[in-house]
Amino acid sequence: MPTKPVQQLALVDCNNFYVSCERLFRPDLAGKPVVVLSNNDGCVVSRSNEAKAMGVKMGQPWFQARALAEEHNILALSSNYALYADLSNRVMNLLAEFSPRHEVYSIDECFVDLTGMPDLRTLSYAMREKIMRWTGIPVCVGIGPTKTLAKLANFVAKRHPRSKGVFNYNALTDVQKDKLLSGIPVGEVWGVGRRLAPRLSDYGIETVQQFKEGHAPTLRAEFGVVVEKIQRELQEVACVGMEEVTPARQQIIASRSFGNPVRDVVSLKAAVATFVENACVKLRAQQSNAAMLQVFLQTNRFRPELPQYHPSMAVPLVTPTDSSFIINRWAGHLVDQIFRPEYAYKKAGVMLSEITPNTQRQEDLFAEAGQEEESKLMAVLDRVNQRFGRGMVRISSQEANRDWEMRQERKSPAYTTCWTELPVVIT
Amino acid sequence: MQPIPISAVPAPLSGFVASVHAGFPSPAADHAQKRIDLNEHLIRNKEATFLFRVRGDSMTGIGIYEGDTLLVDRSIDARHNAIVLAVLNNEFTVKRLYRRGGVVRLVSENPIYPPIQIKQDEELSIWGVVTFNLHKLY
Repeated sequence: MPTKPVQQLALVDCNNFYVSCERLFRPDLAGKPVVVLSNNDGCVVSRSNEAKAMGVKMGQPWFQARALAEEHNILALSSNYALYADLSNRVMNLLAEFSPRHEVYSIDECFVDLTGMPDLRTLSYAMREKIMRWTGIPVCVGIGPTKTLAKLANFVAKRHPRSKGVFNYNALTDVQKDKLLSGIPVGEVWGVGRRLAPRLSDYGIETVQQFKEGHAPTLRAEFGVVVEKIQRELQEVACVGMEEVTPARQQIIASRSFGNPVRDVVSLKAAVATFVENACVKLRAQQSNAAMLQVFLQTNRFRPELPQYHPSMAVPLVTPTDSSFIINRWAGHLVDQIFRPEYAYKKAGVMLSEITPNTQRQEDLFAEAGQEEESKLMAVLDRVNQRFGRGMVRISSQEANRDWEMRQERKSPAYTTCWTELPVVIT
Repeated sequence: MQPIPISAVPAPLSGFVASVHAGFPSPAADHAQKRIDLNEHLIRNKEATFLFRVRGDSMTGIGIYEGDTLLVDRSIDARHNAIVLAVLNNEFTVKRLYRRGGVVRLVSENPIYPPIQIKQDEELSIWGVVTFNLHKLY
């Protein structure tokens, strides 16, 4: 019986993605220290190599990094999600041309199945060059027999300049594999990270090689089946398959932190109405209904000296629905229930769960009248928002007081998504 | 039941637009086709095409004016005489590319602007080739 061919899974990911996106339209930023800040200009979420070299840490709160930035002239930009989403789509569409079996993993990572294709080295360099040429985004390619090893190979491709952005774990001899894995800290493994690494260290597991060779039953007993799967993946047994179809989300959360803390219930309800709208758009896009709504509020966790209050309340939606109107009505009631005026709220959100496909709707004795009319209305709302831009038509309580909106003081223009914000060239 | 492996070899599909009507057949039905879509004609390489807004007047000679919109394709090779979007001194510029016999120049289309000679040791960075200019008339 012929043996199955070794899987050649590539993990392609973009280098310093957000910064790379900004640099595409700012050639003057090449080689300069640049960082991109998260929602609310809160923390550093992307750093150029020059900024990394200056000691800026990933996830570092901006107010902490600011002094360092001023000293070294590090440019900080606010997140320009419209730009990043568009460039990500371009990269992913190009990668899709290389293999029909591919899976977009995140905004800047994609698994591409190259099993059975000839000359992987040339192919990998071709992928890298095409993406750079067509979109201006630099990427690295890591190839392995399992997803976990592909991710690790990508890590190597990124770190070792001699690899020139491509690394194939499958091309190594057993001796080379052992040597490589012995030199990588176990925290670098996908699924391990900073939380599990210290606990593995207690068992004498410091390197990836030690993890790979660890006593499986002990690992399973102490850490559970997920960690056992990671170990098997390192041993070249695939436990995580390629997704054929993206599964519909089972929980949809929409939440944001507020630029300025909110104290009044009207503004809170306005914010929550927007979150409901965002969540419902996702719900309708995957053709689902939700049967549970939860609303939560939070005071500022990073200011422990201030009074803290983190309430949440859930309500079942007796008839599963995708209607923004119905859900928002309930969300408003929930906010009324949990709101206390003596607190300053820094974050709020909604979670829709108990999600079912909307073909499976069971008729309920207490079904609210006009479900079908609501659905038609929702479809029109979505089409208008799609054509004219998200938020063109809003539920009325969303208008009141947008003071809570994200601080984004240093955002670059929407170069590829807004006709009036195109990059300018001087002829 | 065995899973069938997906073939990586593309299979050509033919399709055609037609509609089936009951009743008297219209002579126009056989010729029914999709309306012209500008996207198809103006944009060949979608993922590599970007839009830029024009300021300045160094290219008015070929009809590129202030306020116009350029379609720039990063995937096309820039040949001699192509109109290119280039990066010079870290700034974007639009010029006609002169590349002959080892000489590289960026040439304007306006007599008041002299050509820019690119020296041997300098590197000219070509961001993309300008494929179309959109000039609004109304």
